[in-house]
Amino acid sequence: MTAAPRRGSALRRLWTSEDARRGFACVVGGLVLAVMTGPEGSSTAPTSGFTGSLFHARVIGFIVFGLVLWGLITVRRRYATQVRAFSDKVTAAPRRLLPDKRVRAVVYLAVLAFAIAYPATLNSFWQEVLVDQIGVYVLLAIGLNVVVGYAGLLDLGYIAFFAIGAYSAAYWTGALPIHPPFHLNPFYAIPLAIIAAMLAGVVLGAPTLRLRGDYLAIVTLGFGEIIQIVATNLQGVTGGAQGVIGIPHFSIHLLGIHYDWGINSLPYYYLLLGFVVLVLFGFHFLENSRVGRAWVAIREDEVAAESSGINVLKYKVMAFAIGASTSGFAGMLEASKISFVEPADLTVQLSILILVLVIFGGMGSLPGAVVGAAVLQWLPQYLRVHPLLGFQQQDIYIYLGALLVVMMIFRPEGIIPSRRRKREIGLAEHGVGHADALSGQSGPVA
Amino acid sequence: MSQVSAPGPSPAPGEDAGGDEGDVVISVDAVTLRFGGLTSLSAVSLSQRRGQILAVIGPNGAGKTSLFNCLTGVYTPQEGSITFLDRSGKSTSIVGRKPHRVNRAGIARTFQTSRLFNALTAFENVKIGVESRMHTGPLGAMLRLPRTRREDRASDARATELLDFVGLRNRANDIASALPYGDRRRLEIARALGTAPEVLLLDEPAAGTNPSEKAELAALIRKVNSQMGVSVLLIEHDMGLVMALADRIVVLNFGQVIASGTPAAVQQDPAVVEAYLGAADPDEPGA
Repeated sequence: MTAAPRRGSALRRLWTSEDARRGFACVVGGLVLAVMTGPEGSSTAPTSGFTGSLFHARVIGFIVFGLVLWGLITVRRRYATQVRAFSDKVTAAPRRLLPDKRVRAVVYLAVLAFAIAYPATLNSFWQEVLVDQIGVYVLLAIGLNVVVGYAGLLDLGYIAFFAIGAYSAAYWTGALPIHPPFHLNPFYAIPLAIIAAMLAGVVLGAPTLRLRGDYLAIVTLGFGEIIQIVATNLQGVTGGAQGVIGIPHFSIHLLGIHYDWGINSLPYYYLLLGFVVLVLFGFHFLENSRVGRAWVAIREDEVAAESSGINVLKYKVMAFAIGASTSGFAGMLEASKISFVEPADLTVQLSILILVLVIFGGMGSLPGAVVGAAVLQWLPQYLRVHPLLGFQQQDIYIYLGALLVVMMIFRPEGIIPSRRRKREIGLAEHGVGHADALSGQSGPVA
Repeated sequence: MSQVSAPGPSPAPGEDAGGDEGDVVISVDAVTLRFGGLTSLSAVSLSQRRGQILAVIGPNGAGKTSLFNCLTGVYTPQEGSITFLDRSGKSTSIVGRKPHRVNRAGIARTFQTSRLFNALTAFENVKIGVESRMHTGPLGAMLRLPRTRREDRASDARATELLDFVGLRNRANDIASALPYGDRRRLEIARALGTAPEVLLLDEPAAGTNPSEKAELAALIRKVNSQMGVSVLLIEHDMGLVMALADRIVVLNFGQVIASGTPAAVQQDPAVVEAYLGAADPDEPGA
């Protein structure tokens, strides 16, 4: 929409044009982003933060970004109907084909083939990112998805179970100051780590899940802190603040086959891929089972679920424990891979980050959790090492936060939402029920 | 109507012997419920015979909903006992039981304002009810064990049957929130029936329905009662519906049973006329 033509200077006409103003704002936004992401100033050269950002080739990238953003906004506003018709046309084929089971199987197989073949071509930096930053977080996200997405429970201390899994691995492989009755190969420690985390989940969940609303979030938040502090201070058991070192790598010595996962990332990647695929299958079946439907019922209307014969507490504890054991599993794998656990890594921010991955991907959706975790964990690394963009490591959470805000405005259901969840959000916006524990009872009422 | 209880002598106010046909399925004995200093139910006794349609009526604030909540495990009365006797003759005390355990015992309910799982389809709503009687656990579900698949097929079949029974078969894949009001009511009944109850408690099933929906609903309740052999206890404001459906009626006022008996007998009862019907036309109980 342009303002009515007026007499006056060309500059004035330009300024009253909304398009031009919006374009100006976009370019300024791009420049601000360039300065924010650029190098820091120092006391000897206080303006170097500005000059280093604005008089550097990377500024072109940000100006182009601003212009592209402006173009997108303008096109969307001017040609809204055409854009919608075009996007409908583009997405018509996938929307028609995707419900078909065979088509979906082909898509998943193609993704799997890519996930198997592509990493081998990467350099060791990206292979490491793929395991430590992406693979482990994908596993964490699909575990938290059970708690937050399926059962609608807000868990802010999720990383505590990761810690329990990691320290269990350290214990059973004999890396802790206290020694187990017998030392185990990391493979055999997997079930023990999972069980330990699950038990912790049950012990924490059984009393607290009776409470409704925000209490669970607060209790889990506290639990996360407690675990970190215990790990830091219980020196005689956990090795204290400097962490545990020397957790053995995975290895197989069976029937004449000897294989050691060693220090390279790629073998771990394949191990992790295998586990993730198994867990995905399990959770997919779980979602579409009696148990999964009971969770949806509880999420939608606890009172009605109760009167339909569903033991609400039991199913909540179940979801909580399944999430906890997945987190413990991930902790166990990571501990063995980097052969090291440090309490300082196990922060509340990490719990929140995983929650963000799940929300970003689409709560209650397995493909969403996988894609959300993969994209959000890959993006910071990419932005950080990109030769032109070169974001500062310590700034990255600012952008993730901004991204999440934008996401919540334009696509609150996440990148790949679950059908049910999308419907719930739609209904909640019309004042019918509330989508989950996260939005509480105080949703908008039509 | 499957059976009409013989008009017998009306029992003394404050007690309800439940007529004399069949065995007792729910027995409420001297239940008193207080909220602080407020006595919501005082020494309420009533009993329901198996296969009966029992209506509890009374003016606003008479304690109908409190009684309902005691029967479904939402409230725990301070005094008295509520006993449920199932077909095998096992008696279960309802007092102090959680709602899901009351449901397990064999008492299903609907809500005054329908509480469906709104983002799910009609079919899924009913299936959740049916599945609450199954046994698949998380491990069985993740591994898709044979029992899981068997139970899944069985609950699919049962849910389809029940949707058929309430006349919503062609709406099976519609989202619950998109259904018209009358259909939502019927879906709620189907979900409750999914849990294979012996007694179905209906909390004002006709609230907010139009006359044609009301007639359909009455027919459905009668069908549930006669074809499935489910005893029905309903709390209702709509006198037309109550008079047409109920085998017996219990009248509450100020938390006490003031009368009980057949619809005809209750309509004549001077205490009822004074407390409830007297003020207005019997079809307009000042709801």
